[in-house]
Amino acid sequence: MREPEVTYKPESLTASRPLLWGAAVLSLIMMAPVAWLVGLSIKSNQDLMMGTDSVFRFPYTLVNYLNILHSSQVFGWLLNSVIVATGHTLGVLVLSSLAGYGFARLEFPFRRTVFVIVLFGLAVPEQAVIIARHQMFSWLNLHNTYLGLMLPGFSSAFGVFLMTQFFRAIPKDIDEAALLDNASQFRIFWKIMLPLTLPAQATLGIFTFLGAWNDYWWPLISATRKEMYTLTIGIASSQTNFAQSEGLGFLAAQAVFASLPAIIVYLIFQRHIVTAVSGGAVK
Amino acid sequence: MAESYRRSQWSHGLFILPYLCFFLVLLVFPLFWGMWLSLHKADLFGPGRFVGLTNYTRVLADPVFLQALRNTIIFVAVSVPALVVIGLFLALALNRTTRATSFFRGLFFSSSVLSVTIVTLIWRFVFIPGDGLLAVLFKQVGLTPISFLSTSGWSLFSVGAATVWWCIGLPMMLFLAALQQVPQDLYEAAALDNASGWRVLTRITLPSIARTIVLVTIIQIVLQFQLFGQAQLMTNGGPSGTSRPLVMYIYEVGFVRWDIGRGAAASQILFLIILVAAMAQYIVSSRKTEA
Repeated sequence: MREPEVTYKPESLTASRPLLWGAAVLSLIMMAPVAWLVGLSIKSNQDLMMGTDSVFRFPYTLVNYLNILHSSQVFGWLLNSVIVATGHTLGVLVLSSLAGYGFARLEFPFRRTVFVIVLFGLAVPEQAVIIARHQMFSWLNLHNTYLGLMLPGFSSAFGVFLMTQFFRAIPKDIDEAALLDNASQFRIFWKIMLPLTLPAQATLGIFTFLGAWNDYWWPLISATRKEMYTLTIGIASSQTNFAQSEGLGFLAAQAVFASLPAIIVYLIFQRHIVTAVSGGAVK
Repeated sequence: MAESYRRSQWSHGLFILPYLCFFLVLLVFPLFWGMWLSLHKADLFGPGRFVGLTNYTRVLADPVFLQALRNTIIFVAVSVPALVVIGLFLALALNRTTRATSFFRGLFFSSSVLSVTIVTLIWRFVFIPGDGLLAVLFKQVGLTPISFLSTSGWSLFSVGAATVWWCIGLPMMLFLAALQQVPQDLYEAAALDNASGWRVLTRITLPSIARTIVLVTIIQIVLQFQLFGQAQLMTNGGPSGTSRPLVMYIYEVGFVRWDIGRGAAASQILFLIILVAAMAQYIVSSRKTEA
């Protein structure tokens, strides 16, 4: 092994000061629309009627946020989103862990063939199946139910693929030692292997949750009754009467409020998310 | 003991059985059922008369479809290069670990966790004629505000601006990860030669991450071809269809006009396009070692 004598930083050649200034300018473009949104949300609708440039002047108010508290609808949508995204995530975690363990560490007839077929599932976009899915769910009377909103996510091959990779990375001697103790296959999975995959569960869980929370097309066509809307669809539906009735300030406050759950998840798990995105995808 | 565990057993398949059921019922079956529907005159209740490829020929002859196809291609041709170039720029600028750069990385990725509904709402507030952020800024400097979302020629680009804002995090992160993989000794050699920053960039950095650039481009093509929510919520495809993308065409034919057979045919055409791109991605990513 050769240790370079000069401690040399390769970054210094790419990340120079002008580039950083450029990034700072872009960050303003990144933040300006959000600042504008927050600004609108803390102005009364009367002030905004006179002209939205009043955002730059006092007075500010929280009345729009108080109005959200009074409109029960938004909280109903929030609850729906929590139920659907949580159910979706738990389902994916259970199914993907079981399948990942099976594919990565056990041998059964046609294992390779089945795995390759499942991998093909990664290439099937939602658009290719959504019409037929919608029809199936009509037959089964699953539209406008929580189950109907969760189920399509269970078929995603991504989690299975990810968990298979993680289970493969665990050294073989760990479960072989357990087998000598006559532990059953499921016990080994449950007591020994599963705890080792907690970081992977967290990654998969966060991404599945955010994906389910932000899902647009399926809840748009499946939840047609207003009380079954998820937050994403509910906020979209109040957009259609944009710039009228409720007023810009209220709409902006709703948007800020609706984005909070995702932002909070992001702030808590930021490090996890960043590692997962930059670590996993380029290999 | 360990031997029997490695042996192939049907019972081991029980672990994958639950997932496999969902996979078959909710993915494989709808995929083939969609193909079957596309060959029929079908409505909400199921397939009717078998019509062969009529749905496909009607879709391909539909001026609305062709316009949507053209819009989508324009959209991809504009947004993907923007995402790749800006993403690469940000990665180069933020490729070091200081407090400031990690804040910027976090910031540029943060929009990716928002839902399409929030993103479009934010950008509609920017674009509203007369009252939007841009209109206010235009008036400040004495320009006449443009109705970005309802002017053909602007509407698709406005959707594109919101999309780049929304999606910039992923390309940036992928490029940052690739930059970390560039072998250090290349840079050391360059430093010994006193190579300029620009030469290092064009001779070392960019060639080293060429595969990632191709991959990111393909990933973004696949993603941006599926444009739907932004266009539907910001412009509703207008004015006069100039910002209607393919997926929105499928949505309108299938779920607004309930012409299921035709919608299914259009979705198979889109699937084919995406499949070609996905195969390209697979081919590029399986050529591992080349750099």
